[in-house]
Amino acid sequence: MKPEASNALSKGLKTTILILCALVALGLVTLPGLRQAVQRLRSTPKTEEQARREVMQEPISTPTDVQVQAQMFWLSAAAPTSLEATAIQLPLSADSVERSKQLLNALIARVPAPEKRTLPAEASLLAFYIQPDGTAIADFSDEISSGMPSGILSEQLAVQSIAQTLGANVAGIRQLKILVHGQEAETLAGHLGLYGFFPVSSGAPAAAPSNSSTPSSGKQGTH
Amino acid sequence: MPSKLIGLIFVWMIAAAQVFSAQAQSPQAPAAPGQPAPQTSTAVPQQTLPAPAQPTVEPTAPPQKTLAIVVLDPAHGGADLGARGSSGISESDVVLSFARLVRISLEAQGLRVILTRQANDDPSFDDRSRMANAQRGDVFITLHVSSTGQPGTVRVYSMAQMALPQKSAFASRSGLLPWDRAQFSFIEQSRRLAELIQIQMAQRFRGSSETPFEAPVRQLRTVGAPAVAIEVSSVSVPDRAPLDQMGPGLADGVARAVAAFRTIYEAGGK
Repeated sequence: MKPEASNALSKGLKTTILILCALVALGLVTLPGLRQAVQRLRSTPKTEEQARREVMQEPISTPTDVQVQAQMFWLSAAAPTSLEATAIQLPLSADSVERSKQLLNALIARVPAPEKRTLPAEASLLAFYIQPDGTAIADFSDEISSGMPSGILSEQLAVQSIAQTLGANVAGIRQLKILVHGQEAETLAGHLGLYGFFPVSSGAPAAAPSNSSTPSSGKQGTH
Repeated sequence: MPSKLIGLIFVWMIAAAQVFSAQAQSPQAPAAPGQPAPQTSTAVPQQTLPAPAQPTVEPTAPPQKTLAIVVLDPAHGGADLGARGSSGISESDVVLSFARLVRISLEAQGLRVILTRQANDDPSFDDRSRMANAQRGDVFITLHVSSTGQPGTVRVYSMAQMALPQKSAFASRSGLLPWDRAQFSFIEQSRRLAELIQIQMAQRFRGSSETPFEAPVRQLRTVGAPAVAIEVSSVSVPDRAPLDQMGPGLADGVARAVAAFRTIYEAGGK
């Protein structure tokens, strides 16, 4: 090899080594910062959905709230294949829509014991409406399906706990439609069809869903 | 002269075309005496079921006189494992093994059995319903294992009575049932079948109810035949052995109940 070529090669090699060294040094300098950023992200993995849920699950309070003895329907501790009424103190609004939201949030969050739970802990109520004909529409987050124990029995008890809790504490609701993330889902968690409307009996247990007209555009209440 | 010849040929061709066209549009010859009349294109196919995009099923037939087929549906399958126990038991596996046992017992009763799935695949709800709706004189049984409930017991469901949406104008005119309400003409028969199976289960599995249940089970809604769901509780058992031990009793009970139902069904009762 000629000496000129050898010199040129060594110069190129030296330059490359210098650039690599500079890059390594830069990496070492920025590494702690990157590590801290990763740790920060790990400690706060809030998705938009989670942040929204936290906002939605803030206790709802209205000027007409009054402490009342609410009848909540959770699983019976003695017979877990049925529901039983449990009375709890809740501040409930005089407005039917707000009152319903307060009740359904409590149905998820105020379970007295894990074995009495009917709805997944991570589920949240996204919206609730009551139409003039007494049709209530409850829109839950996806977790109502993904977190639900699969089975005809468990899914039926979940729906009944919602319908019976509303029926026992809110006047004027005749039937209930359940949506999942704003959509009409085929099933709650693979078994129970959400095609129809579930009857809501005032002060009496609701059993099977009935099906009447499709929801009209007239709505009461807001998200 | 050549132009006249060409003109004559042209006129002859037009006349020939008109004759052929008239022959093609002529009505079909009537059937010969003693021969069945040919079906017209407007006849409702006897066994063809429309896809969900055309949401109708065949006209509600009067009660069938012969019950010869049982469509057995091991629920879930494929990526859908159904209920899962902490010990790794999956509903889709257990129901498939139950279905194989039930099939043997039903065939011993002289019934033809169709499984909606034979392996670890996952037909849609409508595909499973289509398998049942394509038969004449059949009952449909979907098998499940719950994730909750009392282990060792069995619950039998028929479709809950539901008020129906307005019938479409097409369905009213044609006499066809919309696909999404196919079960509602069979609710009484389904309830009777559920009663018979539930009684058998109560005799075999202590703690099981003696009366059946009703629920809006999605799979049942689109089946145009007597249809029930059987839910064996539960995958929450520590290992699979207790569930597997229920298989023979389940199979025998279902076969006896279906045989009893066949007698009622063929007599035209509910």
